[in-house]
Amino acid sequence: MKTAQGIPLDYYIWLSAALFTIGILGVLYRKNAIVIFMCIELMLNAVNVLLVAFSNYYNDASGQVFVFFIMAVAAAEVAVGLAILIMTYRNTKTTDIEVLNKLKW
Amino acid sequence: MLVVFSKSAVHSVLYLILTFFTIAGHYVLLNAEFLAAVHVIVYAGAIMVLFLYVIMLLNLNQESEPHKSNMLKFAAAICAGALLVILIGSLKGTELYNNESSAVLADFGTVKSLGRILFNEYLLPFEVTSVLLMASMIGAVMLGKPEKDQDTK
Repeated sequence: MKTAQGIPLDYYIWLSAALFTIGILGVLYRKNAIVIFMCIELMLNAVNVLLVAFSNYYNDASGQVFVFFIMAVAAAEVAVGLAILIMTYRNTKTTDIEVLNKLKW
Repeated sequence: MLVVFSKSAVHSVLYLILTFFTIAGHYVLLNAEFLAAVHVIVYAGAIMVLFLYVIMLLNLNQESEPHKSNMLKFAAAICAGALLVILIGSLKGTELYNNESSAVLADFGTVKSLGRILFNEYLLPFEVTSVLLMASMIGAVMLGKPEKDQDTK
C-alpha cells in the first residue's frame, strides 16, 4: 500500500476528501459567485489528486490522461463561467447570487 | 480553507494559487512531472490570471462582499461536516486491492509515455476535447461581447 515515495495511498485519499469538503463548504458558505467558481476548481483538483494518486498506485498512466482531460474541461468551464459572470454583473451590478433568483420555483 | 474564509476575493485567489502550487508539488511526488508542469501552467498561470482579471475588472472589494445570515452559514458548515463524516465513514470500510507488481516503471509519467497513451488509446476524447475548448472559446467571446443595441436600461 505504498506509492513510489513511500507515502501511503490512504493519505492521498484523506487529502482529496478534505479538499473536496472544503470546496463543498465554500460553495455553500459564500455568496460571491467568483469565490464559488474557485471552490468548484478546488473540488476538481481534489478529484485530480485522487486520480493521479491511484494511477501511480496501480501503475497505469490512463489516470493521468484523464486528469489532462479534466484540466481541459475545467479551463473551458472557467472561461464560459466567467463570461456569464461578467454578463450578469453588467446587468445587475453585483456578483451576489441572491439576486439571481428569477429561476427559483 | 483560507480560500473560503478570507473576506476579500483577491486574497481568496492568492490562497487558491498557493493551494494549486501545493497540489503541483504532490504531482511531482507522484511521478507525474508532465502533469505538474501542465497544472502550474494551466491553473496557476491561465485560470488564476483570468480570475484576477475578472475581479479587477468588476472592481470588487470588501464592501461589496454580501453577508449571509448566520443561520445559512451554520447550515452550510453542518452540511459540509456531514459530508466529510460520510466520506470518512465510507472510506474507512474500503479495502484497497494490494497491487503486487507496484514497481514504478522508469518512464512513468513522462511526456513520452503519456503522449503514447494519449494518442493511441484516447485519440477520440482528445479530439472531442479540442472541439469542446473551441466551442467554449467561441461561447465566451459571444457572451463577453458588449451588446450592440436593445439595451433598455
